[in-house]
Parts: sequence; structure tokens; C-alpha cells
Amino acid sequence: MNVVALLAADPLLDGELRWTPLLIVVLKVLVIFVLGLVGTMFMVWFERKVVAGMQNRIGPNKAGPFGILQTLADGTKLFFKEIMNPARSDPWVFRLAPFLAFVPAFLVWSVIPLGGDFTEGRDGTVTWFGQVTRVQLADPPVGILLVLAMSSIAVYGIMLAGWASGSKYPLLGSVRASAQMISYEAALGLSLAAVLLSAGTLSTAGIVAGQNSLSNWNLVATGFVPFFVFLVAVTAELNRPPFDLVEAEQELVGGFHTEYSGIPFALFYLAEFMNTITMSAIVVTLFLGGPQPITIGETTLSIGFIPGALEGTLWFVLKLLAFLYAFVWFRATLPRLRYDQLMDLGWKFMIPISLGWFLLLAAIRTGDANQWNPVVVVVSSLVLLGLGYLLFVAALRVSARNREREGAMF
Amino acid sequence: MELLVFVIASGMVLVGAVGVVAMRNPVHSALGLVLTLFGVAVHFVAMEAHFLAAVQVIVYAGAIVVLFLFVIMLLGVDTAEDLSIEPVPIQRPLAVIIGVGTVVLVGTAVIRTRDTIARGPELEASGDSNIRLLARNLFSDQVLAFELTSVLFIVAVAGTVLMTRKQKRVAPDRDRVGS
Repeated sequence: MNVVALLAADPLLDGELRWTPLLIVVLKVLVIFVLGLVGTMFMVWFERKVVAGMQNRIGPNKAGPFGILQTLADGTKLFFKEIMNPARSDPWVFRLAPFLAFVPAFLVWSVIPLGGDFTEGRDGTVTWFGQVTRVQLADPPVGILLVLAMSSIAVYGIMLAGWASGSKYPLLGSVRASAQMISYEAALGLSLAAVLLSAGTLSTAGIVAGQNSLSNWNLVATGFVPFFVFLVAVTAELNRPPFDLVEAEQELVGGFHTEYSGIPFALFYLAEFMNTITMSAIVVTLFLGGPQPITIGETTLSIGFIPGALEGTLWFVLKLLAFLYAFVWFRATLPRLRYDQLMDLGWKFMIPISLGWFLLLAAIRTGDANQWNPVVVVVSSLVLLGLGYLLFVAALRVSARNREREGAMF
Repeated sequence: MELLVFVIASGMVLVGAVGVVAMRNPVHSALGLVLTLFGVAVHFVAMEAHFLAAVQVIVYAGAIVVLFLFVIMLLGVDTAEDLSIEPVPIQRPLAVIIGVGTVVLVGTAVIRTRDTIARGPELEASGDSNIRLLARNLFSDQVLAFELTSVLFIVAVAGTVLMTRKQKRVAPDRDRVGS
């Protein structure tokens, strides 16, 4: 057992520990932390500005050019506000909860490939100060599972915040939020499994390295369905509109963070926007090749005058911005779902469809490996899936009739 | 370094375990359990069982304890539970006996086999070979046990649904005739 395996599997850390690699790691940590905070600030401004544009308003325009310093001003204001502890709150857990929401949001950053040199068939490693390394903080062998683990830890932050407030609205909000996050985690995991099936590895660097041309992007390789399921599940996981029942202000005031003020509130707020960025980055990494340039057949869309090591980061940022815009767009255009619609969508549509698609992909791969006739494989799996679907519909009918007899509302 | 990790992780496990038993509030106990599970996950990482560590966090901390918390919060046992009243009088002495017995059993097992516990053969732990080995083993040699376990889960789920959705023995439309 050595230190190297504890930290990460990165070519940088092979061999004994020397000063230069250590300094590079420290530098990476710093850059990623600062990048995370600045990115979050940017995201808050971006969302306000774009939503304002879509609603025919001006949006923040006072602090700095285009109001870009508005978030900084708001953050500074929050620093000087009093931290309130409600009388019936559980003081210890009340203080702990914001950190449980904030820390996982930051940790996810560490496994995302933020760039890399993919020009002329390179594998994404770059050379800094004579050291070969990757443009990501850590590349642990469990890679993407770390993201799942962190998103399940983030549930604690929300749940405990609501409970520890010792008040009714936050509790209701947090129970809703955690139920929603847990429900959609299943769909998230199942569509992720489809990606892992096509990538054959859990490491994020490996997943990116496999997507070296447009037809190898997991978006295409897994046949689009997992991508859309993942995108919807991510939106629900983030509690963003149209799945923001958690903060349905008409019903729940502010949801789980109603009782929070000052810095703890700022932590929740940061974590929320941070998660939006990291989850978009995960979608880019999993489905759109991360920092890989767009390659169709033999031709690569390349930005000529930029050195290869920076080009990866540029592609990554471009793809990321597309998703951030999409999330803001969802918020500006889609009305909020009702709670039973939300649960129906998750359990009765997303989970079955992602499970069925996963099985179909697995069958096709097995057929490929054993050189079975692909038509027969696809047709017979579709027939089987159709039968399964009919059974499922029949079960839904029966349960609906039962509920009707018991006099339930929905 | 190894020793330091071991000490910290074991500290987490022990503090968490004591917390589960000693805390008055069930939610705090559940949090103690999470701490223990995290400590075990750190131990797994230190033994290069990365996959087990990840699964430990996702399944135990992320699903099972969240379920505990749900039950605690929704049933409201966190407010009105008097610990001095015992529903089953014999359970405390029984718990003491079982606890001491387990400690004695594990202790003697460790002491007697101390010399035979040795490092296994070093596996080629590059990248995700760990997971590949696990998967190959699970889906070839252990496939029957694996499938049976899934059947067991399905049966458990079906049984739970059946028990909670028991048909009420009332004439279905009698009270609607008048309206």
C-alpha cells in the first residue's frame, strides 16, 4: 500500500513522490477550487441575465460591466448578515447541514477532465514542467461512481437541513427534495450503466479517451435514449425547474433552507449552482466526449492557432456552456410539474425505459461478441421488451383500479 | 502514512459506533452510523478495494441510512420516545449477552489465527482490474447465488407491497348508493 494508490491513478504520480509533482497537485487543487467558485459566480450571473433576456427584462446591470459583479456584491452582503439559529432547531446538525451540501458539490469537480491534448491522436495527457499529467485533479479507478456517491451524500445536506430547522415547511421541503433525488438517482444510475457498457471503464479519463470521434461519442454509441433520460434525471437531481417542487414558494416558502441566513444560506446557494455546473460537466464527459474535439470520419474540427493543450479546455468550456444555457432555458420556459406527475415520470417512465434500453444494448453487444444475426437479436429483444411493457401496463391498470376502489384522489 | 490512515479511519468507525449507541436522539444515532460507514469505506480504499469503498458509500450511506432517516422523520419517533420504558423486558440483558459473546468470539478468532493471517498474493492493481475481477467472479462462479439474491429481493418487495396493500373487507359500493 503506498501513497500513490491512495491519491489517484495519474501518470504524474507514478514513481516516488518528488517536489515538482506535489507542487503541480497543489496547484491543481488551488486552480480547481478557485475555478469552481468563479464558475459558480459566473453561473449565477449568467442565469439571471439570460432569464431576464427571455422575459424581456434587463437583469442585473449595476455592479460592474453588464452587472457581472452582482454576485460578488450579493456574496459580500451575505457575509455581513447575522447567522440566525431558530429556537427549536437542532444546533449541531443545523450547522453541519450546509457543509454536507457544499463539500460534495466541490469534490465532484476533482474527477472531471477539464481539458487535455487530443490533437493528432494523443491520449489527453499534457506535459507541465517536464511532468506528464492529466488536466484533472484525480482519476481514481472508480471514477464516475465517486460522482454517484457524492450525489447521494448531498441528499444528507438537504434532508438534515430541513429536519434540523425544527419547523414545518423546511421539513416538508426536505422530505420532498430527498424523495425526488432518491427516485431519480435510480434512472440516473441506469442510464449511466448504458454509458459504462459502451465505455468499458469507470474512470472518467478512460470514458473520455474512448470517445475519439463523433460516432464514438456515447451520445451516438448508446443511441440517444440514455442521454435524454440522463439529462432529465440530472435536472430532477439538481432540483432545478421544472422539477423545483422543493422550492415551490406558494406551498413551501423557500423549501429546506427557509430558516437559513448569512453564510450557511450562501453555502446552500453556492452548492446549488455549483451542482448545476458539475452535473453539466458530467453530461459533457459521459456523452459528448468531454474535452475531445469534434471528429467526423477523418476530419477533425480544429482551432488552428491555439496550442493543443489549451484546445481541449476550450472544447470542454464550449460544450459546458451549451448545457448551462439549456438548463437556464428549461427554467425560463417550462412550467413546474405537480408532485404526482414528477413521481410518475420518474418511476413509471424513466426507470422502465432506461432499464429496457440498457437490456437492449447489452443484448446487442452479446450478439456482436458471439456473431449472432443482428436482426434476429434486435427483433427478438424488442419482442421481449414489448411483452414486458404490456405486463407493466397491465400492472399499472390493476393498481389504478385498486386505488380508485379505495377512493384515492390520483 | 498507512498507519495514519488506519488510525483516522478506525477512529471514525469507533466514534461513530459509540455515537450510535450513546446518542439520545435517533437522528444523531443515524448520523453516527454514517460516520462508521465512512470509516469502513476509508479502510476499503486503504486496502485498494476502491469499488467496495464506492459501493459502501452509495448503498449503505446513500440508500440505507437515508431510508432510516426517512422512517425516523416521518414517524416522528425523534420527539416522543421515552427510552426508559421497555417494550420487551428481556431485550437489554439479551443485548448485553450477545454483545459480549460477539466480542469474545471475534477476539478469540483473531488471536488464534493471528499467525495464519497473511498478505494474500499481490494482485495487479492497475486501473479498474479490481472491478473486472469482481465482475467476472460474480457473473461466472457466483452467478447462481447472485440470481437467487435478486429473487430474494423481488420476493421481499412483493411481500411488502402485499402486506401494505391489504384489501379492506368492506362491501365496495354500499356507501355510494345514496349519493
